[in-house]
Amino acid sequence: MSVSAILMMAMWLLSLFTILSLVVLSLIWIERKFLGRLQRRLGPTRTGPFGLMQPVADAVKLVLKEDMLPSWADKAIFWVAPLLVLVPSFMIWVTIPATEGLVVQNLEMGLFVIVALLILSILGILLAGWGSANKYGALGGLRAAAQLVSYEVPLVMVVVSIAILVQSMDLRIIVASQLPLATAQSILGEANQSNVAFNHIGVPLVLIFPLGLVLFLIAGLAEVGRIPFDIYFAESEIVGGPFVEYSGAHWAVFFLAEYINTFVVAALVALLFLAGWHGPLLPPLLWFLIKTYSVILVIYWIRGTFPRLRIDQLMAFGWKGMIPLSFVGVVITSVYRFYDWPNWSLSLMSLTTLAVVGYWMYFKFTRPVIKLARSYGREPGRSRSAR
Amino acid sequence: MTWFLFILLSVMVIGGGLGVVTTRNVVHACLFLLFSLLAVAGLYVVLLAEFLAVVQIFIYGGAIIIVLLFAIMLTRSEEYPSISDNSQWPLAVVAGLALFSLLTATFVVNSRSFEVMHRVALTDLGRNLFTDWALPFEIASIVLLLALIGSIVIAKVERRR
Repeated sequence: MSVSAILMMAMWLLSLFTILSLVVLSLIWIERKFLGRLQRRLGPTRTGPFGLMQPVADAVKLVLKEDMLPSWADKAIFWVAPLLVLVPSFMIWVTIPATEGLVVQNLEMGLFVIVALLILSILGILLAGWGSANKYGALGGLRAAAQLVSYEVPLVMVVVSIAILVQSMDLRIIVASQLPLATAQSILGEANQSNVAFNHIGVPLVLIFPLGLVLFLIAGLAEVGRIPFDIYFAESEIVGGPFVEYSGAHWAVFFLAEYINTFVVAALVALLFLAGWHGPLLPPLLWFLIKTYSVILVIYWIRGTFPRLRIDQLMAFGWKGMIPLSFVGVVITSVYRFYDWPNWSLSLMSLTTLAVVGYWMYFKFTRPVIKLARSYGREPGRSRSAR
Repeated sequence: MTWFLFILLSVMVIGGGLGVVTTRNVVHACLFLLFSLLAVAGLYVVLLAEFLAVVQIFIYGGAIIIVLLFAIMLTRSEEYPSISDNSQWPLAVVAGLALFSLLTATFVVNSRSFEVMHRVALTDLGRNLFTDWALPFEIASIVLLLALIGSIVIAKVERRR
């Protein structure tokens, strides 16, 4: 490796760092604005036009705050933990392509690497909880380990089903396989001269494998700890969990990693299920951003709508719901691939699974409410004027 | 370049291993173990076995170290420094030396230079693993299944009245 190549790599990484910081600022602004609108508020309005400078003000405030070390804390672990969370989140972005050429280093098993690194950040959270010598911190760390280890299984199983579908774990090939055959071949012919074997699908994967999208989004949300699954730093129960003793810049590092990981999940949904950077008229990078930010808005919508789960509900949902369903996903994709069935059969199978599970969950969750309402002598679902 | 990386990573592996056995704090030992295992993943990359490297990060970094930490955090780890002197160290020395001589012998018999090695495509690896090497693969998974069932049997509470 020559000096210029190393310099080039350093430039790439530096620009990646800058871009990701800007992305995080935009995510914070969008979250506050969008969540405000969902709750019939305005969100930040005072700092800059439309409150655009609010995340900058937040960042400056966090950096200027005093960084404190609890006297009982394990010093080395307390300072290493934020790095163990942040470094994997940045490393993930080395392998995620934003467009055909806009990637630091495309890997043959990019998807696998990304999932491995996404899971590595559990370690930092666990150590942060232990190292801060705080009971809330330790509780949060244990909750984090239990939650993240159980939800990484469905995440990995969805990745396995996608690998079965496309016969590749290269993100560029996964995106190309969702395009019309001529386009896919011309793109891959330019990208690498060797004949890459992959299964051509021709439509965005969400159309033939919606089960995978639902499972991936839920498991991804649980993996980054967005709100219905944020039991490991639940503010109202364990006052911030592993991050309770952190302040200032070190707390900001955890925050930064959480937002970057959210963006990773959104970008992966866009790349794996929504045909990535391809779309009519607009340039590829714009399409990638449009799709990713749409997924981000869905994530914030979920955040604004659902209450936090209890820990036993979360584990039951993970082990009794998500994991069997993800295995069903692997089985139906394997059957589809092995017998070479047409595309619509897979979408029919996964839609049927989703419908059955959805109906069952609706039944299970609404029956107690209906019973309760009956015991009060009122029929649910009937408005007051109808009575 | 390769030799430089190899030596650097080897120093990291051995240093991490020494840290594991010399430190008195169990959580620190766990961190050293993680450091050592990640450096082993680096060695795999140097040897052009990238898939193995990612699997190493995935399984050791993502699963085993987490389960270890989980177990340590659930027990009273502050008592360990006082009880960490055990009487099994002669046995451990014998076992370590035996493993070392075995590995050295294997290395002497089977060593290859860097030039001979070549990258194996991921698809070839998968095909071999699930056709020619399917039986060892399945045996490994049966070992894991046994561990799983064993832990359930141990942890199950008898509910008899």
